[in-house]
Parts: sequence; C-alpha cells; structure tokens
Amino acid sequence: MNLYGVRAIYNFEMARMRRTLMQSVASPVISTSLYFVVFGSAIGSRMGDIDNISYGAYIIPGLVMLSLLMQSISNASFGIYMPKFSGTIYELLSAPVSYMEVVLGYVGAAATKSVILGVIILITARLFVDYDVLHPFWMFAFLVLTSITFSLFGFIIGIWADGFEKLQIVPLMIVTPLVFLGGTFYSIEMLPEIWQTISLFNPVVYLISGFRWAFYGVSDVHVGISVGMTLLFLTACMVAVWWIFKTGYRLRS
Amino acid sequence: MQPDISVKHLNKVYADGFRALNDINLDIKPGEIFALLGPNGAGKTTLISIICGIVNLSEGEVKAAGYDIVKDYRKARESIGLVPQELNTDAFETVWDAVSFSRGLFGKPPAPDHIEKVLKDLSLWDKRNNRIMSLSGGMKRRVMIAKALSHEPRILFLDEPTAGVDVELRRDMWEMVRKLRENGVTIILTTHYIEEAEEMADRIGVIRHGEIILVEDKSRLMSKLGKKELRLHLQNPLEKIPGELILEPLELSDDGYELVYTFDSQQEQAGVARLLRTLGDLGIEYRDLQTRESSLEEIFVGLVHE
Repeated sequence: MNLYGVRAIYNFEMARMRRTLMQSVASPVISTSLYFVVFGSAIGSRMGDIDNISYGAYIIPGLVMLSLLMQSISNASFGIYMPKFSGTIYELLSAPVSYMEVVLGYVGAAATKSVILGVIILITARLFVDYDVLHPFWMFAFLVLTSITFSLFGFIIGIWADGFEKLQIVPLMIVTPLVFLGGTFYSIEMLPEIWQTISLFNPVVYLISGFRWAFYGVSDVHVGISVGMTLLFLTACMVAVWWIFKTGYRLRS
Repeated sequence: MQPDISVKHLNKVYADGFRALNDINLDIKPGEIFALLGPNGAGKTTLISIICGIVNLSEGEVKAAGYDIVKDYRKARESIGLVPQELNTDAFETVWDAVSFSRGLFGKPPAPDHIEKVLKDLSLWDKRNNRIMSLSGGMKRRVMIAKALSHEPRILFLDEPTAGVDVELRRDMWEMVRKLRENGVTIILTTHYIEEAEEMADRIGVIRHGEIILVEDKSRLMSKLGKKELRLHLQNPLEKIPGELILEPLELSDDGYELVYTFDSQQEQAGVARLLRTLGDLGIEYRDLQTRESSLEEIFVGLVHE
C-alpha cells in the first residue's frame, strides 16, 4: 500500500482547510448558530416540546446533520473537482496509487473536516441551547459514519461534475430539501400518514432519526434501521466509486 | 539490454471511434534521449499519456522499467516522471509544498535534501515559499519539472517542455536534461522545436497519423535521409542545362549564373566528382561553390508530408 501517497493527498486537503478557515469552518458554524439562535432560543422558547424534549434541543441533531451533509459533500466534491478543473489531475492519474488509496486520501480528509466541524457546531450549540447526549459513543459513530458516507457521495459528485454549477446542484437542489423534509425541524410522526410513508423514502430521515436517538433516546424509526440504511448508502457509494475507477469514468479516456 | 520503455502492438481507439494510435511498436533504451516528433494530432501525447497511465490503452502491451503498465502499474509508474504539455499547476500551494506533495504521491518518504537539490538545480530555491500562482509562466514550468523529478524517476517524459518559454530557460532545460542523462535517466522528449531534437536527442522517432513511421539514430537519420546541396556560381551564364548533364539532379537559376546540384549525403563523392569533371570537359567555368546539408527540420517535413 502506498501510505505516503495517501498521506500526501490527505495532508494536501487538510492544508486547504487550514488556508480557508473562514470558508471551511467559520462560515458553516456561524450559519448553523443562527438557526440555534432563531429556532432554538427565540422562536423555540414559544414552541411546544416534542417527545418531551424542548424544541430548541430537538432540532440540534438535525441541524448538525444538515451542516455535516453539506460540508461532507462540498469538501469532497471540491477536493477532487479542483484537480480536474486545473488540470493537475494528470499527476494523480499517473501516480502509483490505487483507487482505494485515492479515495482514502480525499474522502478521509473531507470526513475529518466534517467531523471537526460537527464537534465545533455541537460545542457552539451548547452556548445557545441546553441539550443532553444519552449515547455519546453512538452519537460519535453516527457523526463519523455520516461524514464518511457523504464525503464518498461528494467525491462521486466531484468526479461527475464538469462545471461549478453541477457541483452545487446536488447539495442545494437535492440534499438541502431532503434534510429540511427529513425531520430536522419536526418528528415525521407529526405528518399526515401519507406524508409519513413518503418520508420513509427519504434517506436523510434515517440519518437524523438515528442521530437524534443517540442524543435523546427517541427516534422516528428504529435505530438499527438507521444504521442499516446508512451502511447501505455507504456501500452503494463505494460500489459507484469502484465502478468509476474501473471504467475511468470522467477520469481516463 | 532490456528497454526502459517497451511498446508492442499498441492501439488506441477513443470512444467516438477515432483511432489515435495504430499498431505502435517502440523500444526505448536505458539512458538515452529519445525525441518523438510528429505534427499536431499525430498521437504523441496520446502515446505518452498511455505509458504514464493517464489514458487507457485499447490493445497491446506497454512496459516501463520492465513492468507492465496495467498489471504492475505501481512499479511501472514509480519509475516514471511526467512533465505534461499544458501548464497545469496548483495555485495556492507553495513551491515547496507542491513538490513535496508529488514526492509523497509517488510513494517516496520525505527527503528535504533531495527537494532542496531539485529546487536549486532549477533555480527555484529562492521561490520555495512563494505561492505558485505568483510565479511567472517560465517559473511554473520549472515547478512542473521539479514535481516530475521529486521522486527520482529513472524515466522522464517531457511533453513539449520548452513550448512558450524564453531562450534562457530553454538553454537551462537542455542543460538539465543532459545532466539527468549523465545520471542515467532515460528521457523521452516530444517537441515542435526541431532544433531541440537535433541538439539533444540520441534517437529520433517520427509519428504520423498514429503510426510510427521511422525510428533511427539521429546521426544515421541525418546521413541517411539528409540531402546535400552544391551551388556553383558560374563565370558566364548558361541558357540551359547542357545535354551531357540532363540526367543529373540539376537546377539552373533564372539568370543562368547558378547551378544547384542536390544529392544524397551518402552518394556525395561519386556524384560531385562526376559533375565537376563534366563541367570541366564542357569548358564551363565557375568562380565559387558552396555546399549545404539539410537540417533535421527539412528531413522531418519531408517525412511527414510523404
């Protein structure tokens, strides 16, 4: 295994994060904090509890998940898209690195950034809203698993995209609506029955539900199903990445 | 001796059906400077890209440093450094970071001493902490070479390395290439500057329409395919070429004062002696004569337009 190669890619990507702290860290932390202020402290205090949890605390797992998903996709897609855009991808393609090593480097770095960001957001949330973490191990496991899965998804988007517009389409047009409609601000049990059924086709429901269970022990779906669905999505992304490198899709002609 | 690069029956057909390479067979010996010449679109970059792993081959077998580029891609690629044609560089990284990244990517442990030597050899040491985006085009080209040399490759591909660089940098690069060859590095060079191939190469390969049409030692190529020209400035003008010389490859200038005799380099002695003897017999006097040998450029142009 080319560990030096993996480390080079990983360090290169982490250096990009350090160079762009305002964009990579400060910006998502501030924007998520605004949700905590508005929906947690201001409006949340006038809203009723959900499952005996104050509204401000109830939305924290969903909002952390929103940031986590967006940043994982953004970091990984940008990481692999930039070499394609600038032409420096030639070096990656001509290097003695396997596709697994390339993925480890890029996705590893993107997931690390997301986990760091998730932890910072959780700490920041504490300034505005009081919340508990009932299952810290599972909370962290969901954090890591989701970061890896969606970084992998972002990596696929970065390879698929042939312009900056396409890089933005999936996070903004697909992921954001799925997160907002996936139980970030409400329990899907509050929806009419037909919409509850439709919501179950939204993969983000399982992520948020599982993550919320780790905080408060309540969930819309069983936590085992949440873990299973996340692993299923992770597997699907891994198969897609394997296919991309096997065929050279959008990488090798 | 095992070739450093071995290409056998290589074909490349792109998805749109365009056949870029057609049954390429080529061996490149260790430690030589091989110049690959060809007009635009001939397949030079495709061939290099396949050997380096950037483009997939359709059929055939390619080995680098004795390793199959598909089955043993790690070993093959470890031995190769590539300086591509386009000026593709990072922008926000420093020179030092970018070159160190390349070394790591190619599976080599950090070696600050080696990176320092490479940067000094390429006059980049003073710029090591500068962001690449702040460098001039010539300096960026040097950075690309430094990246290609960072992992100490035994085979170096230079795809149009001096395109758009100034004379000084071009001379520096030639010097660097010579030094690398002295250290045993095999160098494959594509270039549009024929004088570059003439100056540097040990062997020349010419590619046209995706086919290698010639591979030859440079000196042998020059003597085999080169033409010589003898210009005779006559004392008195001729109205036409005399009948005794009508079978010779002669041209008479419009004013009748100049006879131009073109001949193969290898046949020079017999032809020139016969011509001069015949002119003497006919009483045609000349006041001056000049000879000129065709350049590699003229040979190249002749080959690709055949």
